[in-house]
Amino acid sequence: MSAPLIAEPLLERAPLIARDWLTHALPEPLRWIANSLITIVVLLTVFGLLFAFLTLAERKVLGRVQNRPGPNRTGWAGLLQPFADGIKMLTKEDIVPRTADRVLHFLAPVAILGFSFLTFAVIPYGRHLVPVELDAGILYFFAAGSATELSIFMAGWSSHNKYALVAAMRALAQLISYELPLLLSAVPVVLAAGTLSASGIVEAQAGYKWGLVPHWHVLTPWGAASFAVFFISALSESNRSPFDLPEAESELIAGHLTEYSGFKYALFFMAEYFGMCALCGMAVTLFLGGWQAPLPALEFIPSYAWFSAKLLALLLVFIWVRATLPRLRMDQLTRFAWKFLVPLALVNLGASAFWSLTFAWTGPMQAVRWAVSLALAVGPFLLLGLRLGSGIGKRTYRCA
Amino acid sequence: MLGIGLLQGLAVTARNFLGSFHDPKRFVTVQYPEERTRLPEAYRNFPFLVSESAEDPMGTLRCVACQICEKECPPQCIYIEKSRDKKPDAGGRPQIYPAVFDIDIAVCMSCQICVEVCPFDAIKMDQVFELAATDRFGGLVLDRHALAKPNSYFQQVHPAEAADVDERLAAARRAAEEKARAAAAAKLAPPRPAPAPKPPAAQSAEAQKPSPPAA
Amino acid sequence: MNAALAIIALVTVGSAAAAMLGRNLLRSILMLAVSWAGAAAFYLWAGAQFVAFAQVLVYLGAISMVALFAVLLTRQSRDEPAAAPAARRRGVLAVAAAAAVAAVLLWAVKKTPLPVAWRPVPSTTVRELGAQLMGRHGAALLVVGVLLTIALIGGVVLASDRAYEKPEDKP
Repeated sequence: MSAPLIAEPLLERAPLIARDWLTHALPEPLRWIANSLITIVVLLTVFGLLFAFLTLAERKVLGRVQNRPGPNRTGWAGLLQPFADGIKMLTKEDIVPRTADRVLHFLAPVAILGFSFLTFAVIPYGRHLVPVELDAGILYFFAAGSATELSIFMAGWSSHNKYALVAAMRALAQLISYELPLLLSAVPVVLAAGTLSASGIVEAQAGYKWGLVPHWHVLTPWGAASFAVFFISALSESNRSPFDLPEAESELIAGHLTEYSGFKYALFFMAEYFGMCALCGMAVTLFLGGWQAPLPALEFIPSYAWFSAKLLALLLVFIWVRATLPRLRMDQLTRFAWKFLVPLALVNLGASAFWSLTFAWTGPMQAVRWAVSLALAVGPFLLLGLRLGSGIGKRTYRCA
Repeated sequence: MLGIGLLQGLAVTARNFLGSFHDPKRFVTVQYPEERTRLPEAYRNFPFLVSESAEDPMGTLRCVACQICEKECPPQCIYIEKSRDKKPDAGGRPQIYPAVFDIDIAVCMSCQICVEVCPFDAIKMDQVFELAATDRFGGLVLDRHALAKPNSYFQQVHPAEAADVDERLAAARRAAEEKARAAAAAKLAPPRPAPAPKPPAAQSAEAQKPSPPAA
Repeated sequence: MNAALAIIALVTVGSAAAAMLGRNLLRSILMLAVSWAGAAAFYLWAGAQFVAFAQVLVYLGAISMVALFAVLLTRQSRDEPAAAPAARRRGVLAVAAAAAVAAVLLWAVKKTPLPVAWRPVPSTTVRELGAQLMGRHGAALLVVGVLLTIALIGGVVLASDRAYEKPEDKP
């Protein structure tokens, strides 16, 4: 982490001051280890608690959307519900099938949680709050994320259950299909910012146009389209509705998690929520300006507060989408990825290149720049939508 | 345009979510067990025995232990033992009563056949569902003390049905009273004058004798 | 030769050996994935971050999937591979072939003049890599791109079977 600047407000430097107070007495190599350990512990605590209360928020939001209050008995307004769920998971019997591969069965949740948690290392949570400053941070993020797919396969295979295996294959197919739009929608951002480092991308979105409108990538035509593609791909990469085919109860029981019970199931669940938080954090970093304030007047609010607010907003939209949309079938899912999102992302790459190359256009040419970018972003969407949507007329019901 | 349906759906759920905060009537659930939903009148769970008065439930049971419900019950969950003696019932007449009337509610399937076949309107369907017990066998067998509930309770849970039953029973009671009154009046009336032995009319009276006298 | 390199080398070579000596085919593939991860760790130790993450992304994320799918979709039975070679001659020939490959590799390593003295690490930032790819090796990049596109299109054509497309199969 970089050294704190004296001129900044106290709230902004508070986490660094706290950490330095804890470890200032240690000699140098030990101090670096201690700093890293503190970072890890803080990340685990914060995101662990976020996971716990996110499960509660999901149940309550889903409840209110469905005209019922959601859990409100355990503790005030149900705030102790996640802990009750945790205790329940811990006290359940851990069943491993007799013919299952015990080593792999045990390692799968460990591996998936490990890789999911590794992705948190490069996200800038605040002005001075990046755990690891990597030159190729975005690449590291996607690499660690794609390694989680291997553990899903391990889970399905080691259960020695042909339905779990088929479901693991389907889950893998889904994850691989949506990895491409995910990466392709992050590439325009890298192109525009000129760097693969996460903090570099956040800093490239600094400044305000006309003193009011921030330079966030989502406020450009190609950025909005990229954000939409990234958001949909993130929904799919974390197995959330409407792409939750692998873990839906009516689909092959619990898919690749059929033979997992008790705490191992909770670990898979936690890994899914960690993946969700990490992807939302990356979306905030890439498109929504990271830890930056939307208006210059609001910059007194610390950077980590802004990051948290944006992260929570995106997570709430995830839950909102879950409450609304029905589940997609496997072939609809893959068709959507390959025939719609990938071409859209590729054309969007061209739009972003056009935008970057024409940054010097001013005056009336700005209008032309915006018009061409908008056409490149919206045009393929409409065309592809027409092509994919046609042939699907009003549903005719044939009764037996 | 592709995606319009999604946005409309998202708008509907957003409206539901925001509406749930300022409009508590939107909720389709109630905070059980502090609040209960109003059950429909025809809702039924397990049977109960009707007794006329609340003060003496065992003494005023309408059930006369005819055992029709025991024989008609499909899963045979009713067990009845007749009493050896007779006790006066609600009407005052000595009547057999059930010494033992057990229903095993673990077996009962709420088919209401016992209610349909009872000639005395003695067994009706109750609406209580909070019957959890800690003993799987004995705890779920209700004896006649647990099953007996007063007619006022019946009127409360099934008002229309209770009104019908009460009307029918009242009419039957009125008809019975009418008959009793007519019989009593006939008994108290002066006896038919016996034919007097008059000589000139005696022969005509004797000649009329073979015809049976009208009662 | 410091401790980190020793551990990385041990993990890589050990898991590769376990992969080759293992009886269970799928465990072998997973051991191979561990050795690929070891190679990525080696790149990180050597300071090539970009290559390390690319190794993880491509090998652990994609090629291991390909290997797994290939094994799972083509296995006929679940019996284990043989513990010993079918005939003595086969075993002798196998050892001879492996020894020949090892000899060629060792000879190539010994013959290459590797700089032993300390030299400043050339800048291998992503920007440098990109400039080199687009500049000096631009033609090669284009050729590789065309090859990959042809392979992708060929794969899609092979996978889709137009003869079986019926209207009631469309969702």
